[in-house]
Amino acid sequence: MQTLEPILAEHPFFKGLKHEYLQLITGCASNVRFDAGTYIFREGEEASQFYLIREGKIALEIFAAQHGPITIETIESGEVLGWSWIFPPYRWHFSGRIFEPTRAIALDGKCLRAKGEADHDLGYELMKRVAQIMMERLQATRLRLLDIYSDIPGGRL
Amino acid sequence: MTALPDPMLPQRYRIQRVRREIPDTFTLELEPENGVDIPQFATGQFNMLYVFGVGEIPISISGDPAKRKLLVHTTRAVGTVSKAMRALKANDVIGVRGPFGSYWPIKQAEGKDIVIAAGGIGLAPLRSVMYHIISHRERYGKAVLLYGARTPEDILYRHELEQWRAKFDLEVDVTVDRATGSWRGSVGVVTRLIPRASFDPHNTIAMVCGPEIMMRFTAAGLEQRGVALENIYVSMERNMKCAIGMCGHCQYGPNFVCKDGPVFQYSQIQGLLSKWEV
Repeated sequence: MQTLEPILAEHPFFKGLKHEYLQLITGCASNVRFDAGTYIFREGEEASQFYLIREGKIALEIFAAQHGPITIETIESGEVLGWSWIFPPYRWHFSGRIFEPTRAIALDGKCLRAKGEADHDLGYELMKRVAQIMMERLQATRLRLLDIYSDIPGGRL
Repeated sequence: MTALPDPMLPQRYRIQRVRREIPDTFTLELEPENGVDIPQFATGQFNMLYVFGVGEIPISISGDPAKRKLLVHTTRAVGTVSKAMRALKANDVIGVRGPFGSYWPIKQAEGKDIVIAAGGIGLAPLRSVMYHIISHRERYGKAVLLYGARTPEDILYRHELEQWRAKFDLEVDVTVDRATGSWRGSVGVVTRLIPRASFDPHNTIAMVCGPEIMMRFTAAGLEQRGVALENIYVSMERNMKCAIGMCGHCQYGPNFVCKDGPVFQYSQIQGLLSKWEV
């Protein structure tokens, strides 16, 4: 039977990861599919999984009473959805709504945390990769905070 | 022998049409008053547009370089001159000097993948490149346009973006910093589009235009993807007066933006971008 290992190995998040680690991680992985309009998770729920997006588009949303759901950003093919599984209290900070039909690999956060605790080299590898994603999102957030397209000096004529 | 026109003397152009693009941004379509063709221009070059009695500003040409009857400029009403320009109507007359400056490396990009990354009104100086690519599609490998705007309502040339996106041989990806209304497209900064785009970074020429900070982050994203800094080009904006490298208003380190730019190889100016005083 074909496992998910080759798919994990191809995803940018696990690129270059040792074969032995990929094998371990594959034990925590499952293939999932979501229809447009559905929610994968909602703000405040337990974050027991994260997702490697193979195809599709997911909106990260926050709900504001007077505005309804507000899209913070979208996560798309080749990207990773969710890091709440790795940090206590393991709860989603935002809701994840499917904009376009999505295929993904779901990874069981509890399973991965247990394997990372048992083998700190694996845990460090996972932490480095999650930190890289967080750094990229932080940089993007900083860029958005600058509101570069507004009337600040330096905007184009 | 015909004498070359005086580069300091504006020519009279009549406004054929004023197109309101988005709330603060408009396009002027101009025709020479004497009925001749517009001067040949290269993609990325700019003209000095003179609102009589108010002043003159540099604006990149955003029309199709193959069309010699209409001169097209898109700009945003932010200063005294551009605000006065916005008040002009069809049949009004405006002064034009140019074209001036360096241009996008469309010849050098032949046979390679081409990535165009634009932010906000930075799409205007790159629209002429899009026209050129579409007219000469066989000369290029993959053609990718990555565009970022503030909100869905701020998307420039929306109709054309939709048309380009519908083509099977162009990859057009649009994102907004802030979603509003019923927007179902991407949300996030334009740099987020770089890892998603399909091109061969080792055989790519990238052309980037937008606010300077956007260009810095975009160049960094392209470099991270594997594009050599020498193959990344940006368009700079400075306060220009004479447009022929004489007055020094647009001096930028060892360069004059009007004469050596506005299009620069990124590696040529990278060190200047983060300097507080240049």
